Amino acid sequence: MTQILTQRMTYLDALGLAQREELERDSSTIMIGEDITLYAAGGAYGNIDMSRVRSAPISECGFAGMAVGAAITGLRPIVDLTIANFIYLAADPIINQAARLRYMTGGQFSVPVTFRASMWHNQANAAQHSDRPYPMFMNVPGLKIVCPATPSDAKGLLKAAIRDNDPVLVFEDNDLWGMREEVPLDTDFVVPIGKAKTHREGTDVTIITVSGVLRHALKAADVLAKEGISVDVVDLRTLLPLDHEAILASLAKTGRILIADAAHRTCGAAAEIAAIVVEDGFDLLKKPVRRVVTPDVPIPFAQTMEKQLYPSPESIADAVRSLM
Amino acid sequence: MNNDVDSEAYLRMMRIRGFEEAVTRLITEGEVAGAAHSSVGQEAAIVGACMALRNDDYMSGTHRSHGHPIGKGAQLNALMAEILGKVTGVCKGRGGSMHLTDTSIGSIGESAIVGGGIPLATGAALSAQVRKTDQVALTFFGDGASNEGVFHESINMAAIWKLPVIFFCENNHYAAVTPAVNTHGQPDIARRADGYGIPGVIVDGQDFDAVFKATQQAVARARAGEGPTLIEAKTYRFDEHCVGLFIKGGYRAQEEMDFYQNERDPVKLLRAALLARGHTEADLSAIEDRAQAEIDAAVTFAKDSPYPRPEEAFELVHADPIAIRR
Repeated sequence: MTQILTQRMTYLDALGLAQREELERDSSTIMIGEDITLYAAGGAYGNIDMSRVRSAPISECGFAGMAVGAAITGLRPIVDLTIANFIYLAADPIINQAARLRYMTGGQFSVPVTFRASMWHNQANAAQHSDRPYPMFMNVPGLKIVCPATPSDAKGLLKAAIRDNDPVLVFEDNDLWGMREEVPLDTDFVVPIGKAKTHREGTDVTIITVSGVLRHALKAADVLAKEGISVDVVDLRTLLPLDHEAILASLAKTGRILIADAAHRTCGAAAEIAAIVVEDGFDLLKKPVRRVVTPDVPIPFAQTMEKQLYPSPESIADAVRSLM
Repeated sequence: MNNDVDSEAYLRMMRIRGFEEAVTRLITEGEVAGAAHSSVGQEAAIVGACMALRNDDYMSGTHRSHGHPIGKGAQLNALMAEILGKVTGVCKGRGGSMHLTDTSIGSIGESAIVGGGIPLATGAALSAQVRKTDQVALTFFGDGASNEGVFHESINMAAIWKLPVIFFCENNHYAAVTPAVNTHGQPDIARRADGYGIPGVIVDGQDFDAVFKATQQAVARARAGEGPTLIEAKTYRFDEHCVGLFIKGGYRAQEEMDFYQNERDPVKLLRAALLARGHTEADLSAIEDRAQAEIDAAVTFAKDSPYPRPEEAFELVHADPIAIRR
């Protein structure tokens, strides 16, 4: 009998599988968020006691705070904040409570809570539904932040987040929800938090990517290869803590580095990575650090204005060429 | 009232009163950095509520929260050491006056974010319900916090899921220096319970017996799976918003302050009640002496304890240590 080790599935299904496996594995795992019990009929939560899945009123601050209270009293909550902009309504319990209760109580508490937030940019949803808020939370000690860019990483990182004993923010790229690939079915498959992944080996230029920008960087790398430019593509996967070693190891191979990130420019994730490169890898640089990021404008509704704003294969390839 | 409850309540109230007086003294001596908020005047509300709880029931406090862990039965040494920022403090010197979390007595923390403890305690009640224990949670908050959005959000979710939680408002009539009459559409916070379909109870917060009985009923209801209760204890803060703060011109009438201190001091009221119930002067003096001895010992312990080493700032950020760049 052949053992089925992987199954082709979407990014969204991989997230759902991770959640169901963890709910079935550990009875202390619960879910809280808007509308979520609706999905039980489709088998989203397996065969568990449905008192562990709570469809909450539209009270993000309240239920995020309750999840923190449940996390410090023996449960392992998953909070589904749906659209990433709603995380601002829950900012107080995430920042003032979850991130620092272990520290402020001298280690009396663990805060094993996971916050899911889906980034719906590039879909004509305008500025209140299109944010990529992870950089703001990178400034909060005590949090961990992951941004999966593939279905397998979506499963493995969400499972790692749920099992982690610290608060973890999982920022999903909504543009990837329909992306398909073979995903490990092993119920103990986890992707370690804090480890970047090299998706393509190269010698001329490093592209560091965040979240869904990975696929644009890989397309750019294909085009550039035909032009004789060899690109090393590293997906960070985790933004807090950042994998300094992976960034600097790739830079050591290439001496040229581009950071491609769909967050805004000022104090974005790319800014912190650039600072690491300049502080710790300056002697390795043959050219100045480059960023391809989203300009500092609110996201407009009309597609003629919106589409140009995010990193694309073309803008990434152009930036790489400028480094040669 | 049962004799043991009487004595324990008086002991805990005397501990709070003496503890707050000692903290005030230490501030003037320069031993305490940062702000400290005294709960003198509110001891009956605190102890009456806490005495209705079991040790393993959860309790969340506020920024004015030295009294809450003491009311719940905490030992004093680690609390006083925390206020002095010592490594022997209950939070190893990381929390200070507004964060005397002592999990050993069911405290899930105090919050310097007004209203911050309300959803946490509601979540602890959700946890107890999901884990099918019979624990309840009680969250203390003030009249000011009742105007935070999370008050509404939390109490509504507690109501719809019948969570075992008691929302306990210490209405001391002033949010910092702003009178509650200027910030509430109507003066009785407990009346808001109607809007959530749960019981709302107003109680004299200076009267230990009244608070204790009202909270016992709410706890019994919560433990029986019947859901939350909103209790509003009308009380009074004898000191300023924080120790050492002086507001020129004042915002409280002298007659009002004199009335509460002379006529409605919860410690004096309980003392008189206990004497009327047959406790002797000698009994009560012994309790007072015991409380004072514990406070003196806590002050000595705190003063004699070392401060944390600077490098300890880099510990306990995560469950498993992650290298932190300096």
